[in-house]
Amino acid sequence: MNIIVSIKQVPDTTEVRIDPVTNTLVREGVPSIINPFDENAIECGLQLVEKHGGKVTVITMGPPQAQQALKDALAMGADEAILVSDRAFAGSDTLATSYTLAQTIKKLGEYDLIICGKQAFDGDTAQVGPGLAEHLGIPQVTYAIDIEVEGKKARVKRLLSDRFEVVETRLPCLITVVKQMNEPRHASLKNVMKARKKEIPTWTAADIEADESRCGLNGSPTNVVKVFAPQRHTQGERLEGDVNDVVERLVKILREKQVV
Amino acid sequence: MDFGFSEEQLELYEAVQEFCDDVLAPKAEETDAKGEFPWDNVKQMAQMDLFGIPVPEEYGGMGLSWMDWAVVGEQLAHACTTSGAVFAAHMLCMYPIMAFGSEEQKQKYLTPLATGEKIGAMGLTEPDVGSDAGSVKTKAKLVGDEYLLNGTKIFITNGGAAETYVVIANANPEKGMRGLTAFIVEKGMEGFEIGKNEKKMGFPSVPNTELIFQDARVPRENVLGREGRGFRVAMDLLDVGRIGMAIGAVGLAQKAYDDGVAYSLVREQFGQKISEFQAIQHQIADMAMEIEAGRLLARKAAWCKDNGSPELSKIAAMAKVYTSEVCARVCNRAVNIHGGHGYICDHAVQRYLRESKLFELVEGTSEIQRNVIALEVLKEAISQRK
Repeated sequence: MNIIVSIKQVPDTTEVRIDPVTNTLVREGVPSIINPFDENAIECGLQLVEKHGGKVTVITMGPPQAQQALKDALAMGADEAILVSDRAFAGSDTLATSYTLAQTIKKLGEYDLIICGKQAFDGDTAQVGPGLAEHLGIPQVTYAIDIEVEGKKARVKRLLSDRFEVVETRLPCLITVVKQMNEPRHASLKNVMKARKKEIPTWTAADIEADESRCGLNGSPTNVVKVFAPQRHTQGERLEGDVNDVVERLVKILREKQVV
Repeated sequence: MDFGFSEEQLELYEAVQEFCDDVLAPKAEETDAKGEFPWDNVKQMAQMDLFGIPVPEEYGGMGLSWMDWAVVGEQLAHACTTSGAVFAAHMLCMYPIMAFGSEEQKQKYLTPLATGEKIGAMGLTEPDVGSDAGSVKTKAKLVGDEYLLNGTKIFITNGGAAETYVVIANANPEKGMRGLTAFIVEKGMEGFEIGKNEKKMGFPSVPNTELIFQDARVPRENVLGREGRGFRVAMDLLDVGRIGMAIGAVGLAQKAYDDGVAYSLVREQFGQKISEFQAIQHQIADMAMEIEAGRLLARKAAWCKDNGSPELSKIAAMAKVYTSEVCARVCNRAVNIHGGHGYICDHAVQRYLRESKLFELVEGTSEIQRNVIALEVLKEAISQRK
């Protein structure tokens, strides 16, 4: 199987501090890590290749220092890594990012499966994976907790908020994975040493034949109008007290909601 | 002289540290309390390629240095003393096969040990034989193509969990220590049984068992080196064993120090953190200084091993006695810094203090190490007078 895993380098939010004066996040000196959900995506790719053969290619779009995330992915056991980096990509929103990654994958050629983490730790949009599938015109399955590949088909178990859903799709397709899917492996000494010997090529906008009007700020229709803390969803109402009383109130609520 | 590491070494140590922080350290307490061999940790250590660090790549190892083995051993002991002890004892079996084994023996026995697929142990100590290794009473008698081994070994680390054992027995008692011979013994060989697992002052999850040989049938091709070479094998592996003890002692001392310092930074008395009292500060300074000196000595011993230095026995003995005594002092101080809380089992420092005693006793007591050091330095002094 030819598997492509698309990852993102993010600040290690467990190390982010808040400036006590300005109340903003202090990003300086904060170490960068592979987006944790993307580690699950890499692990998923490695396990599929262990089972079915093939190779795992990891790609990321980002500044030159994002190379470290790719090195870490190679140290986990990925076969190849490509950095897509160009000043033209600066300021990309999810649309421009997914376009750029799609161009990268088109240049890579044949593949069976693209795997992404369900979302990035910093932006939390969960849009780049699905956007990428749309740009490539392939099926997408999100929130996967288990993948079984048989020939040119994949059976994917999705983790939804209240149930599992099993879907079957043809390959090639794009799958985003949740953290419950697996436990990402640690970099073994052998893989660290192998990774050191591997070159990580950098592809520019020209290399991937990207239309610059669709990259970076130019290609990003998103405008950040306002940043605010969302209201917490209430987790439900707890009825307490005398049993008869509670049952009566419960029935009343269920009637109001037209459940019974 | 260079006290630094290469970029590659730093990357390797960083990978090991992540593994230690994520996997070993969070359950170190549980690993100790369980009283069972830490198979889960061992399997993951094998997946991390940690067991065969200095073993050549053609035998499943990493082809790295003894220095790398020493640094990683310290990291493991710091994260989880139990796992660190298994790691060090494993080398006592692997090293003699690596150094004295035939090509066939290396293929058959060294490779699965280096990959961590199998665990190893070494048997020298007997009920009546400790530091006086020359007086081993376990006998080996050649009958046809087999040796029949008779006798009992005790306190064997990794006993029972290990599938491969390097055992020292006497094949020619009239020749005394020149009759000593090293054998590779496999678990399950007829006449070889694992005996009692000792209850100890610490390390309940690291087995220390008897090995019982009653007409145990060991094929002739399992002799390591050749008949009569056992004393040399034992002395050589003890040098490596002493480096193993030294790095374990440094790792444990560093952990006790870390806990002591962390506690001093939060515990308040008389309106200030106790780390602000000079009495505590001087203890912290002494601990830091002694650990640093011990670490340097342990790494010098690893350097001697890497470079075939004739000073190896002396430096390894110095490293072992010094680091084990530093470890005991540091663990004692770390308990003191915790005050009464240090005596309570909710804090791990009391365990470190119990564990620290081990390092002063095994692979030769502190007294034996001083004998080795004195012998070596007097030899040097005499040769200089000539």
